[in-house]
Amino acid sequence: MFRRILPIVAGLIWAGSAFAADVTLLNVSYDPTRELYADFNKAFAAAYSKETGKSVEIKQSHGGSGSQARAVIDGLPADIVTLALAYDIDAIAAKGLIAADWQKRLPLNASPYTSTIVFLVRKGNPKAIKDWDDLIRPVVDVITPNPKTSGGARWNYLAAWGYALKKFGSADKARQFVGDLYKNVPVLDTGARGSTVTFVERGVGDVLLAWENEAFLAQREFGKDKFEIVSPPLSILAEPPLAVVDKVADKKGTRAVAEAYLRYWYTREGQEIAARNSYRPRDPEIGKEYEKSFAKVELFTIDDVFGGWAKAQKDHFGEGGIFDQIYKN
Amino acid sequence: MTMQSGLATSPTQLRVYAPTADLDVASPPSREQERARAIVSPRDSRTEPGPVRFVIIALALTFLTVFVVLPLVVVFAQAFSKGISSYVAALTEPEALSAIRLTLLVAAISVGLNLVFGVIAAWAIAKFDFRGKTFLITLIDLPFSVSPVISGLVFVLLFGAQGYFGPWLQAHNIHVLFAVPGIALATVFVTFPFVARALIPLMQEQGTQEEEAAISLGASGLQTFFRVTLPNIKWGLLYGVLLCNARAMGEFGAVSVVSGHIRGETNTMPLLVEILYNEYQFVASFAIASLLAMLALITLVVKTVLERRLDEGQIPSDD
Repeated sequence: MFRRILPIVAGLIWAGSAFAADVTLLNVSYDPTRELYADFNKAFAAAYSKETGKSVEIKQSHGGSGSQARAVIDGLPADIVTLALAYDIDAIAAKGLIAADWQKRLPLNASPYTSTIVFLVRKGNPKAIKDWDDLIRPVVDVITPNPKTSGGARWNYLAAWGYALKKFGSADKARQFVGDLYKNVPVLDTGARGSTVTFVERGVGDVLLAWENEAFLAQREFGKDKFEIVSPPLSILAEPPLAVVDKVADKKGTRAVAEAYLRYWYTREGQEIAARNSYRPRDPEIGKEYEKSFAKVELFTIDDVFGGWAKAQKDHFGEGGIFDQIYKN
Repeated sequence: MTMQSGLATSPTQLRVYAPTADLDVASPPSREQERARAIVSPRDSRTEPGPVRFVIIALALTFLTVFVVLPLVVVFAQAFSKGISSYVAALTEPEALSAIRLTLLVAAISVGLNLVFGVIAAWAIAKFDFRGKTFLITLIDLPFSVSPVISGLVFVLLFGAQGYFGPWLQAHNIHVLFAVPGIALATVFVTFPFVARALIPLMQEQGTQEEEAAISLGASGLQTFFRVTLPNIKWGLLYGVLLCNARAMGEFGAVSVVSGHIRGETNTMPLLVEILYNEYQFVASFAIASLLAMLALITLVVKTVLERRLDEGQIPSDD
């Protein structure tokens, strides 16, 4: 038996990738972008080889945004990071791997595609959830991950806070509102995908707070006959940013390709790939083409309402911050 | 071309193994029943009364079914839920092949290293008396008592860019963390006790007389080891290696911390199972899981056979 197995095993081990590209990039990204980057990488590789005659291969790593940032800090040799929120890239920049002004180096806060936070409800919307107010009704079970560990969960939290602030006009009332909302959360998963699985697969809860692109993906995977997407009239503009990791790219000599890769997002093709994968494109023309795919939502930014990620992180999610206080009660 | 042969052969290999796996799924209860029957038939007064026996056996069977057989069946049912072709497709994806390759490579490295270290450690502990022996035994057991996640983090602290050796390694362009060496290191650490632990009691029991005799007859140290010690421990050694191998292939926690999750490069099979599951690719996820389960089942079957040999004292004498 061994004689038959051994060559197979040996073959498997030694059959490395026969194809070796001229340049290899590593893109370290967050969880829900697998399909997005599978599309984008293919398009970029084709465009790049057409323009320069060189082949490029892009390797992907996906995981929770925060832990991916941590891995890059610990030495994961990423040429590019494409994470869920600016704070995580700031953390890498704080270690000197990325220039501090990274978010100014590319247009639009270095976020060529955006998303927002929507509600995913069960077919027929049995609890009649239409707006943020409905989430604090005692009969409604809300599924959202833990904002201490999940990037998506922070967007959820901040979206709810921004809504309450706008409606009631004071931070105290907003705090009360968000506190009431988290009283309705039966389980805090550690990541956005974990929450989606809890809601979709295990059937827990009445409404899932999710990235718009995640909600669309869940609907595509499990069928429109099972879930409906409810877009609240007001939500947050989620800007997942991207950056070249200067230290790594310079060392590997891949800066030119890495920059071309990020710039490709701002082209027509790049914007279309974003739109096709249910991320909101920035380009107004493409936006118009895909107008019907995205609900009209009034969007506020984290800079306007919270004074940027660093401040929001410290006030709300830091040790002993507002989230810790409201979740204790 | 080599890739091609790998693609073509692995499914057939699977089909070859499937019946063995099925057999093993079914065999624990049936063997149990046989044993029960063997006890029942003499009808002597030493056994428990009939109803009690029945309840105990039923309980054991239910327990086995619910906690062992059912989960296994579910894994295979899910893996084949969309037919054999999508099962095969899932296993021949480049990412899956790469994970299989990496898992086998890492298992081979850890088994190889632990074989050498384990034998040396067991030899030292069982055959010699020295100060700090108890401490050494405790040290060998350490990986068993430490959570695998901690084992992984230890290597991040040592070899990470912010760790003790990180800056030096980076300056010399040596990749340990988030590459094969790191994954192998973490796996070696986690699986370290298996070989040594399997050998120490065996070697202690055998004592040192045979070695002493060999040496007094003029054999050198190495001759003694290869002609006397090794033949005496070979079944125990195989047993340790098998357990070590099973754990090396299945390790999740420690590897997850040091892997970096680069697709098609640093994902082992257990990591890929989780990733695919989280990406709603349930068939692919369970296909990989079923392959892992089959590897484990094969290991267990071989282990059982070895155990029997050990029990029956069929330690073949050397020639």
